[in-house]
Amino acid sequence: MLEIKNLTFEADDGKKTVKIIDNISLSVPDGKFMVITGPNGGGKSTLARLIMGLEKPTEGQIIYNGTDITDMSVTDRAKLGIGYAFQQPPRFKGMTVRKMLSIANGSELSEKECCNFLAKVGLCSAEYVSRELDNSLSGGEMKRIEIATLMARKPKLAIFDEPEAGIDLWSFSMLVETFKNIQRTSSGTTIIISHQERIMNLADEMVVIAEGKIRKSGEKTQMLADLMCEFSSTPRCIRAEN
Amino acid sequence: MNKIDKELLSEIAGLHDVPQGAYNIRKNSDSAGRKSTDSIIIESKKDKPGIDIKIKPGTKNQSVHIPVIITETGITEMVYNDFYIGDDSDVLIVAGCGIHNSGDKETGHDGVHRFFIGKNAKVRYIEKHYGEGDGNGKKIMNPSTEVEMQENSVCEMEMVQIKGVDSTLRKMTANLGKNAKLTVTERMMTHGNQTARSDMLIYLNGEESSAQVISRSVGKDSSDQTFNPAVIGNNSCRAHIQCDSIIMDNSKIRSIPEIAANHKEAQIVHEAAIGRINGDQLLKLQTLGLTAEEAENVIIDGFLK
Repeated sequence: MLEIKNLTFEADDGKKTVKIIDNISLSVPDGKFMVITGPNGGGKSTLARLIMGLEKPTEGQIIYNGTDITDMSVTDRAKLGIGYAFQQPPRFKGMTVRKMLSIANGSELSEKECCNFLAKVGLCSAEYVSRELDNSLSGGEMKRIEIATLMARKPKLAIFDEPEAGIDLWSFSMLVETFKNIQRTSSGTTIIISHQERIMNLADEMVVIAEGKIRKSGEKTQMLADLMCEFSSTPRCIRAEN
Repeated sequence: MNKIDKELLSEIAGLHDVPQGAYNIRKNSDSAGRKSTDSIIIESKKDKPGIDIKIKPGTKNQSVHIPVIITETGITEMVYNDFYIGDDSDVLIVAGCGIHNSGDKETGHDGVHRFFIGKNAKVRYIEKHYGEGDGNGKKIMNPSTEVEMQENSVCEMEMVQIKGVDSTLRKMTANLGKNAKLTVTERMMTHGNQTARSDMLIYLNGEESSAQVISRSVGKDSSDQTFNPAVIGNNSCRAHIQCDSIIMDNSKIRSIPEIAANHKEAQIVHEAAIGRINGDQLLKLQTLGLTAEEAENVIIDGFLK
């Protein structure tokens, strides 16, 4: 169980201190598939980074399986089983895809094992295994390898920050299938930051964050219906509101 | 061979036993073993210290190991090695120098390697420099390399200095003939108060000759590095120089890639970058369970691989 209690994160925008996350409280039970959505700049990615420890909160607590991890290092959180896929994964000159997947997995992976992880994100070719994570790879390829890396890590709590960003339509369809598979088979907890309806449709629960606050949260079907109405003026929505 | 000798040979040449094929092992300015083969002849020079390595035309898939180790403090030497690589041959040459200095005197190895690469020949040359020992005496290596490449020849040079060399001045000059292709990969790490300078002058004289220079370095502590690879295009040719450095602590790095064209069909590109380890790289590896120190080592190892 992940519990977020009264979490606040402030940052200096050069002129004044701004609350990026404003007193958020949230619980994510084990095994749930949660999608966090909302407008750009609303604080979704910051919340994900706070959970992984990439940012330190100004106030509040993060409890994971009964342990207060608020002041815990990124490394120690990773060792507890929390994993994170970067929205913009960094490039590494000289490091191969195989090396990265092996570090993530905690053991030296064979070419075939690497291929199995890469195939799940649409990079079926064995050629990728020995490629370096440098500028020779496109942004989309980097993104897919990042997702494969988190899958190789097999965390108990997996956080994906906008996995769909920078991925082409064909690969996105494959990605949706991958997340469907995770949702069906994984006993772990998944949190995905996403704007995509097809990913939202996989959720057990959804949270909408805007201006650093939770605007809505709840079960997917009702949340999606509410979101649709928010951006539509169909008679059904108008009647429902009346 | 004692334990120190074996460790040095393992570091610089990956040798755990007497190598296959031709070899010449030099220890403390003396011969510690030599073997020629039918197609690779190794002979001592008559007029100065060093050896001639003569590879017969058409020699394929053979190797020559010529490591140098110094384990006594106070030895300084100058060695001249000439490689005559026959037409149509395809060989691997593994050189390198390892110094174990436990004393307080300066120990140094200066070497001049000259390569005469015949038509259609292919050479892969690996040179590793390494220093160790707990004495105060400095470990100094100054290699000088001259390469003459004939028509259609290919030469891949890998020069590595990862640890323990207090001072080095590397000089390299290459002249490429028609369709000759040269690739130089230089990897270096300095630490403490070490200094390193690498100067290259590559002349693309032949039509459609090409060169690629890849230099990757890491500067730690208060060390000082300077790279000055220069490529001069005197004919229709292609070349690319790429210098990348990671700067850490209080180290200093100067990177001066230089290109010149004396022919309108010359296409020569250079790029250079110096920067610290990217914070996101460290964080990425920490999200995979590595400590910051482990992450830093993985990044540096990969970069210098």
